[in-house]
Amino acid sequence: MIKEMICVSCPIGCMMTVELNDKNEVLSVKGNTCKRGEQYAIDECTNPVRMLTTTIKVSGGTLPVVPVKTSKPIPKGKMFDCMQVINNEVVDAPVKMGDVLICNVCDTGVDIIATNEV
Amino acid sequence: MQYDVAVIGAGVVGAMITRELSKLDMNLVLLEKAGDVAMGSSKANSAIVHAGFDAETGSLKAKLNVQGASLMAYYCNKLSVPYKNIGSLVVAYSWDDMQTLETLFERGFENGVPNMEIISQERLRAMEPYISEEAIGALWAPTAGIVSPYELTIAAAENAIMNGARVKRNSGVFDIEYKNDMFYLSTATGVIKAKYVINCAGIFADKIANMIGDTSFKLIPRKGEYYLLDKTERKMVNHVLFQCPSAMGKGILVSPTAHGNVLMGPTALDLDFDSKLDVDTTIEGLNEVKFSVNGVIPQLTTRNVITSFAGLRAHRVGDDNDFIIAPSKENEHFINVAGIESPGLTAAPAIARYVGKMFREMDPSYEKKAEFISKRPAPIRMAELSPEERAEVVKKDPRYGRIICRCEGITEGEIIDAIKAPCGARDVDAVKRRTRSGMGRCQGGFCGSKVVEILARELDIPMNKVTKHGNGSKILYNKTK
Amino acid sequence: MLKYDLVVIGGGPAGMAAALKARECGVQKIIILERAATLGGILEQCIHTGFGLHYFGEELSGPEYAYRFIKELEKTDIEVKVDTMVTDILPGNVIVATNNKDGVMQIHTTAIILAMGCRERPRGALDMPGSRASGIMTAGTAQKYVNIDGYMPGKKIVILGSGDIGLIMARRMTLEGAKVEMVCELMPYSGGLTRNIVQCLDDMGIPLKLSCTVIKTHGIERLEGVTIANVDERRRPIPGTEQYVECDTLLLSVGLIPENELTRMAGIIIDPVTNGAIVDEYRQTSRPGIFACGNVLQVHDLVDYVTEESQIAGEGAAKYILSKGKSKSRNGKDIHVKAENGVRYVVPQNINRSTDKDVKIYFRVADVYKDKRVVVTCGDEVLYNKKKKKLAPGEMENVTIKLDDIAKLSSNEITVKLEA
Repeated sequence: MIKEMICVSCPIGCMMTVELNDKNEVLSVKGNTCKRGEQYAIDECTNPVRMLTTTIKVSGGTLPVVPVKTSKPIPKGKMFDCMQVINNEVVDAPVKMGDVLICNVCDTGVDIIATNEV
Repeated sequence: MQYDVAVIGAGVVGAMITRELSKLDMNLVLLEKAGDVAMGSSKANSAIVHAGFDAETGSLKAKLNVQGASLMAYYCNKLSVPYKNIGSLVVAYSWDDMQTLETLFERGFENGVPNMEIISQERLRAMEPYISEEAIGALWAPTAGIVSPYELTIAAAENAIMNGARVKRNSGVFDIEYKNDMFYLSTATGVIKAKYVINCAGIFADKIANMIGDTSFKLIPRKGEYYLLDKTERKMVNHVLFQCPSAMGKGILVSPTAHGNVLMGPTALDLDFDSKLDVDTTIEGLNEVKFSVNGVIPQLTTRNVITSFAGLRAHRVGDDNDFIIAPSKENEHFINVAGIESPGLTAAPAIARYVGKMFREMDPSYEKKAEFISKRPAPIRMAELSPEERAEVVKKDPRYGRIICRCEGITEGEIIDAIKAPCGARDVDAVKRRTRSGMGRCQGGFCGSKVVEILARELDIPMNKVTKHGNGSKILYNKTK
Repeated sequence: MLKYDLVVIGGGPAGMAAALKARECGVQKIIILERAATLGGILEQCIHTGFGLHYFGEELSGPEYAYRFIKELEKTDIEVKVDTMVTDILPGNVIVATNNKDGVMQIHTTAIILAMGCRERPRGALDMPGSRASGIMTAGTAQKYVNIDGYMPGKKIVILGSGDIGLIMARRMTLEGAKVEMVCELMPYSGGLTRNIVQCLDDMGIPLKLSCTVIKTHGIERLEGVTIANVDERRRPIPGTEQYVECDTLLLSVGLIPENELTRMAGIIIDPVTNGAIVDEYRQTSRPGIFACGNVLQVHDLVDYVTEESQIAGEGAAKYILSKGKSKSRNGKDIHVKAENGVRYVVPQNINRSTDKDVKIYFRVADVYKDKRVVVTCGDEVLYNKKKKKLAPGEMENVTIKLDDIAKLSSNEITVKLEA
């Protein structure tokens, strides 16, 4: 299988062509102009991950919501599952910067942490 | 509730008439279908006080125009409304135009317009340094001026309330029945009973008249599109600048506004009878404004445009385009005040007095109130005060120290005043018309959400119940969480 | 009478970094005046990550990036007044500010750093015909509603402009359950970072329509839809390509404008291209003792560069204050930096010949270019010449001119340009 993608490792934005076999293993990467591009292409094809940022409802705080992020990137396909869990959560004020608000969200091994104080 | 008089339509004419009638000892109500007063033609027009040389000599329009122009300063002073008597110039570019100026001068003289002059190119250039080199002369009318039309409407409504009148918004009239010498007005907020009705429904005045079987006139919307420019452009224009008139109206004008912006427009496009809500701006219309103004002041561009908008004039179908201000032939207790297109704003104070007199002659039984309050106090305008004066105000109430609208320097205190006023703001645009918050170059980018917050807090409603301009113009949906 | 050595107007990333740097350089009495209720500026609502890669070497969210500076400030005796708006800069470096605690203050100061940031271009400035319905707002306003107030400003969304805020909001609204129909971009290329196009649009399955714009808005009360059309190479809508798109919200991400009202009021000379002050290498404006940095000076794409620039301004202000104003304003007198041939603007626009360190010149290009050389010349002399694979208006570039080179320049003008 052939996949086309734009590299986001730097502003140049190389158009890359990635060749994959049936087991989704990368056979070749073309069009990249640096090593980072190749690594990015392999990661994107085999295990794409993303940081998820959103807010969690706060009760009794100065603001109704507190911004949060995943402590590490999570699998791209799990973003909406994680959103559902996060949307059902309510935390009590005060919330401190870096507080772990949800542990191991959707069994990703990643925590949801506060990125501001409320 | 039973009223002596119900005025339908809280535009500048309806509000000024209500204020005039509030001098009399009676139960008085002003009904408005929109969520605020001044929501039709009164909020989107040229904001000009016309000297009075346009209307046909001998017409009611001519008479009330000239009277209105001379009354405007008095009324704006009483009602604390921005008004500037800057005078107008009709600019001529050809000898044909110069002939037209003569005609206008003659007509103005017959209409009673004082102190007009036809001036030379040199004098025109001295008065308007940025005017096109093609301009060869102008008709100077020193009695013309500029006024804030929606503030005049709001102030008149507030002053009427101070004098006992009721103003019911969101109360559009959809049916009228007349029985036992009494009108029964079905409105969105219930039935209103009234002995007399004054129909000031602007572009919808024909539909209201139809409700009592009066089909004597028909109104179509004539759309006018405008650009409003940044205050940075104010130096380019000193007076109201008209071009020579055409069959469709007074042509596209350029003028400073009472608040120091520059306004250019309007176009004149007749819409069909069913388009009475169509205030969309169009590419064609806006381009016409740009093109036309380029001939007047070539250096004035739309680079610093703040916004564009469109308004509708209530234009009479047929040859007669005079104001209709008379009891209906169907029912003499029903006074039509209709077809009030330009110079309706200018004429409004005179129309109010004219209708007041007409009413008293019709029914002399209502006494004049001894305690009529003619002065509507000026709202606090922090941006117009010196630092020392500002310090004094903030000392008394710290909310005047918290600036919400950066562009116009409007404080929380002023916004709260606008909400708490007799005819108080209920939505974001209403706050904007009363305080100018969001009227500046960022167009509410920063203050919009803060105004929503303040409205929600002061009216004790959730933020997602606050609207932009009433009814379904909601700003926010559900909570995210 | 309130008296300070340095007043910093604006407590966003620029103001905080400038104040901290000035403190570090030995300035004693410093105050930051911030119009919002908290420090941090626009970062407070930018809850996505991607901040700090250059400056901290890690990927932070906006509030986290701001927090680091807020904590640094708390360790110092730098004063902060929030909810405080500066209304005037009077002659003699007197600042008039107002808030609801102190009322109206007159503050005398030796130096001023302008760090007021920028604002978004609103709908009115766009010449977009149509109705006045609700539901048309800037992407930043929507961002505040969603991330701070916790409300959804719409359900079915069209975004005009592919600036980074627009792209970020496309993803944000989608994550919160809205349907983002499309992002329309007038230009044939996006103004946003590639990374944001991939992660905010491609990931979410949102189409990006290039050379496409909104030509009309529909709806009297709430927005009901927009008409979009393709545009030709002169950015005019092509007849016959109109398409109606049903939506209740139109978000605008069509450019940022530095907030220079105070700057103009103070009589400072403005660069018509950047819409910010004309400055020297220490970010001193045409008025001695008044400095500018951050988005009020030029719109940045990365906060890291804002920090860097603000530290330069903070250092410059410190030099000015500690020399008791004797470090004369030499702005415009020594070396003028010119932008030419594909380079749209440069900052700083002036360099003092007697400066004391290397000078980094920031610039933006006018179009998307491939395989061009960035060249800096002074007369016939070439000071810098380097090939770039790709240059785009959305990415701020920079070149460094060495101190040694500055001292021995043969003329009073250097030029930054692109060559084949």
